[in-house]
Amino acid sequence: MSDLAQAQPAPSLPLAESDTLPTRRVKTRTGIRTALRGSLSVRISLIALALAFLALVVLLPLAAVFAQALEKGLGAYLRAIRQPETMAAIRLTLVTALLVVPLNTVFGVAAAWLIAKYRFPGRNLLITLIDLPFSVSPVISGLIFVLLFGSQGLCGQWLSDHDIKIVFATPGIVLATAFVTFPFVAREVLPALQAAGNAEEEAALILGASGWRLFFRVTLPKIRWALIYGIILCNARAMGEFGAVSVVSGHIRGVTNTVPLQVEILYNEYDFVGAFAVASLLTLVALATLVVKKVAERFQSARPEGGVR
Amino acid sequence: MATAAHIAARPGWRPGPLPGFRPTLGFTLLYLSLVVLLPLAALVCKSAGLSWGAFWATVTSSRALAAYKLSFGGALLAGGINTLAGLLLSWVLVRYRFPGRDMVDAIIDLPLALPTAVAGIALTAIYAPTGTVGGFLERHGVQVAFTWVGVVLAMVFVGLPFAVRSVQPVLMELGPELEEAAAVLGASRLRTFSRVILPVLVPPLLTGFALAFARAVGEYGSIVFISGNMPNHTEIVPLLIVTKLEQFQYQQATALAVVMLAGSLVTLLAVNLLQAWNRRWAGHV
Repeated sequence: MSDLAQAQPAPSLPLAESDTLPTRRVKTRTGIRTALRGSLSVRISLIALALAFLALVVLLPLAAVFAQALEKGLGAYLRAIRQPETMAAIRLTLVTALLVVPLNTVFGVAAAWLIAKYRFPGRNLLITLIDLPFSVSPVISGLIFVLLFGSQGLCGQWLSDHDIKIVFATPGIVLATAFVTFPFVAREVLPALQAAGNAEEEAALILGASGWRLFFRVTLPKIRWALIYGIILCNARAMGEFGAVSVVSGHIRGVTNTVPLQVEILYNEYDFVGAFAVASLLTLVALATLVVKKVAERFQSARPEGGVR
Repeated sequence: MATAAHIAARPGWRPGPLPGFRPTLGFTLLYLSLVVLLPLAALVCKSAGLSWGAFWATVTSSRALAAYKLSFGGALLAGGINTLAGLLLSWVLVRYRFPGRDMVDAIIDLPLALPTAVAGIALTAIYAPTGTVGGFLERHGVQVAFTWVGVVLAMVFVGLPFAVRSVQPVLMELGPELEEAAAVLGASRLRTFSRVILPVLVPPLLTGFALAFARAVGEYGSIVFISGNMPNHTEIVPLLIVTKLEQFQYQQATALAVVMLAGSLVTLLAVNLLQAWNRRWAGHV
């Protein structure tokens, strides 16, 4: 696709190879080229406008995170991160991500395989349902678990009789995070799986490969980079989820506070260096995610069409 | 592209020749039910327990109406801004070459990966009256943070990737032939854009608008920091739900959540219809 874009601005007429051609035709051609690319001033002003918008909305806030975090120097930055409550929040966030990301990865690959490889009744409904958590407000994503497992919830009485705590404890945080990050792996893997086609899988099948062998040796190498980006994005969202987790966590300091909730607490206590220092950790995760995306796009699109190697 | 699997799978139930239909179907449905459908059913169950009078009183209270106005109105405005920005950014990224283009392309996805709470405090730091841009705007009589303008700004931030990524691939696929033909036939640049390019971009622009709108309506994390959270003025619906929850008014929270969920489902349906239209359109060009 990027090849197409690169070749795009040049007219598809054969270019003039020498000055033996009549000058009028060359002029026409440059005329068409200008007509296609727009005048230089238009181009420069559009680029400037786009960059200015991006700077105001995205780049300045990004820079602000690090500027505010390092405002009182590196020592204050490191002290803010090493606070015991922050360390506890980091541990809880890591545990949550370690549970949620593998579950959603297995689900995402299974669902993508199902949707890409088979036609069955209800297939479109399934696609819509997988996208559903994406369009539900994070607050509602948290609320539904409170309504299900909270003290006034549907299972509340049974849970308290058996002394099981889900809401305002780690299981609730894990569930809410799983709900919110549910579609990410499936959404990244599905297009790659559809684009890769079935020819090689069918060949492997005829040659007698088992189902698992077929998946790990034939399919997985073809969708590797899409899968990696899906996992990384799912991880970034799992570590950064705020709304849903804020509703189910109960904000018990040092116990049920994840990293984003810790950012909120520090911020509301006017500990701006602390809040932005902790926020900078999450920002680094986000930036790493973008780098992986760029790499993944390059490798995934570098694969020859149809998957012949 | 009709592969053997597609043809074999056509008569409905019969799966393709590849193995794994039953296990993947089983696991997908099980996990989907446990993590998504069952909890959502709890919301439906709980709301069925509300009396109609109490439900209506909650969802039409003046505070709720003010919150809808800000959430839905702000999201409409943010969706509109994002549609224009998405057109501009994808045009510049697809058509022009300039230094740093790859980085610009990458940074557009930042709102998708950056936690909303971080976005919220960062936007507030810049646009509060004490911040760099906020201070400048304040001197010129515009207050962003702690007003509805700040709410819309946060909504624009979270929706931007959806607007750009909906339009960009369509623009990339759009070859130069049509434009060349228009140019050869003597159409001006502006006329070519409005008569040849723009019509093809209408479905993806609408899809981007709907996705950005859906994201903005439900957004919570980034907005609570920049909005100031004043009831009846800068209070969005998700925040009102959280407030009701913190006061242990579960019924009122549930009622408001049902209204929001209905809004999300309508938007999701619209997005699916738009994308189907998009595909049909792309098939014709």
